[in-house]
Amino acid sequence: MNNIITIATKEFRGFFHSPVAYIVLTVFLLTTGWLFFSSFFLIGEASLRNFFALMPLMLVIFSPAVTMRLLAEERKSGTFELIATMPLKDRDIILGKYLSACALLICGLFFTVPYALSVATIGVIDFGPVLSGYVGTLALILALAAIGILASALAKNQISALILALALGFTLYLVGAFTFFLPESLGSFLAYISLTTHFENFTRGIIDTKDIIYYLSIAFLALYLGVLTLKARRNN
Amino acid sequence: MSEEMIAVENCSKKYGSFTALKDVSFKVKRGEIVGFLGPNGAGKTTTMKLITGFLAPSAGRVLVNGQEVTGESTATKALIGYLPENAPLYDEMMVDEFLDFAARLRHLSGPKAQKRKETVIKVCGIEGVLGKDIGTLSKGYRQRVGLAQAIIHDPPILILDEPTSGLDPNQIVDIRALIRKLGEEKTIILSTHILPEVEATCNRVIIINKGILVADDTPENLIEAQGSSGLLIALSAAGGSLPDKEKALKVLQSLNGILKVTPLRDEDNTSYFMVHSSQDVRPYLLKALIENDLYLMHLSLKQLSLEETFRHLTLDEKASKEENHE
Repeated sequence: MNNIITIATKEFRGFFHSPVAYIVLTVFLLTTGWLFFSSFFLIGEASLRNFFALMPLMLVIFSPAVTMRLLAEERKSGTFELIATMPLKDRDIILGKYLSACALLICGLFFTVPYALSVATIGVIDFGPVLSGYVGTLALILALAAIGILASALAKNQISALILALALGFTLYLVGAFTFFLPESLGSFLAYISLTTHFENFTRGIIDTKDIIYYLSIAFLALYLGVLTLKARRNN
Repeated sequence: MSEEMIAVENCSKKYGSFTALKDVSFKVKRGEIVGFLGPNGAGKTTTMKLITGFLAPSAGRVLVNGQEVTGESTATKALIGYLPENAPLYDEMMVDEFLDFAARLRHLSGPKAQKRKETVIKVCGIEGVLGKDIGTLSKGYRQRVGLAQAIIHDPPILILDEPTSGLDPNQIVDIRALIRKLGEEKTIILSTHILPEVEATCNRVIIINKGILVADDTPENLIEAQGSSGLLIALSAAGGSLPDKEKALKVLQSLNGILKVTPLRDEDNTSYFMVHSSQDVRPYLLKALIENDLYLMHLSLKQLSLEETFRHLTLDEKASKEENHE
């Protein structure tokens, strides 16, 4: 556990050594804020539902920007050899990096709290859906950061890590959109693995354990594959 | 701790279809400083990566302090300090911050970590750069920070991949002195292609060529085994004409303690011979020559350096044989 925290702390600080963290956070807040508030006054409803509806797409785009560097860059610069020959388990490395990415994304999420508060000052807001929205977004972050870590573990450099993570994220994001054209059995399966269908409940104010389990399973699977990737690298 | 700190047993390593290491075996005892020699791409770095557990062998096994290096192998990794080739370090971290990070990963904490950190900073001479970003350091300082990181947990085994590459001559002398000092109580494997470095720091040499271990001995023995000190002799007959080669050969071979006489070229009415012997033949040489009407035109002691030994061992067999006999 100590190892994981040591690595997570180092990586979290590392985000702020370069402009990456600042840029990602700023652009994330600007984009979500603009997309939300530009239609907010037209709809004229004191609800954050449209804000949370943006989250899957926003996080599919922004989380790879946070995770791409974490393992791919170590491999490219050779520092992976340094860390891989320390007395660490593969999962310490993966989980440490994962936690740092989650922490940064959660920071970004935290900075959206003023959005909710400002909406609350304008009208009467139902805090139930706001809470469920935040819980859902948190679950989404846990899943997408894990996918980003897996991509970064597989890729040889940051750019391919970014592209791979975007591809994986968009696949899971879009897969639910085409179910209409497909046979029922395949359609319902695709709907089940889609990031968006599981998010709908959260935006409506429902916290369903099934949805949470879905996101956590994605996170677990991706991280497990990440650990296997490191293991396989020793043998190749 | 067992006397045998590292045992590499029949290790092979393949990268795809390329075989980087073929059936290499050797053992390193406690307190030895072993120099890994070999041309670029010979398999030195691969061997080191197997010992540090960064790569797993395709066949064979590696034991560190009696424990097999397998899988994540945290137990053996804890015994080793490793400086990879080119000292890869986190450029965006400050030196001080990086040493703290390394200490924590080595499970050092509190006053003990502080004490070890102060020691390695002093030993490696990096007091002046603690507040600098690693990315801004010169090659020499990077190498020292890499070394500091490798010894922060006071490991019984040190693996150093080209520790002096890219350093200026003064820094090289410093680092060598440091390695020798560390070697008094640690087992060290270092790789290099600077041969005088091995003669200066190591008490044992392992030469690897094309993935195969070709020599494993002390530097002195290796030079000796290659027929170290030969005498280069040039003879001519009375009147300054070319001597009878058969006769000259016989005379030389009749000397006490002769191992081998190799006729070389003929030039300017003199014949050159290379003489290898188990004892110095110079005291009896002149007398024997005079008795047989041979004139000595040239006599020099040819000391083979490790450099030549290395060339003999790592150039391909045929070429090295020709070089030996002609």
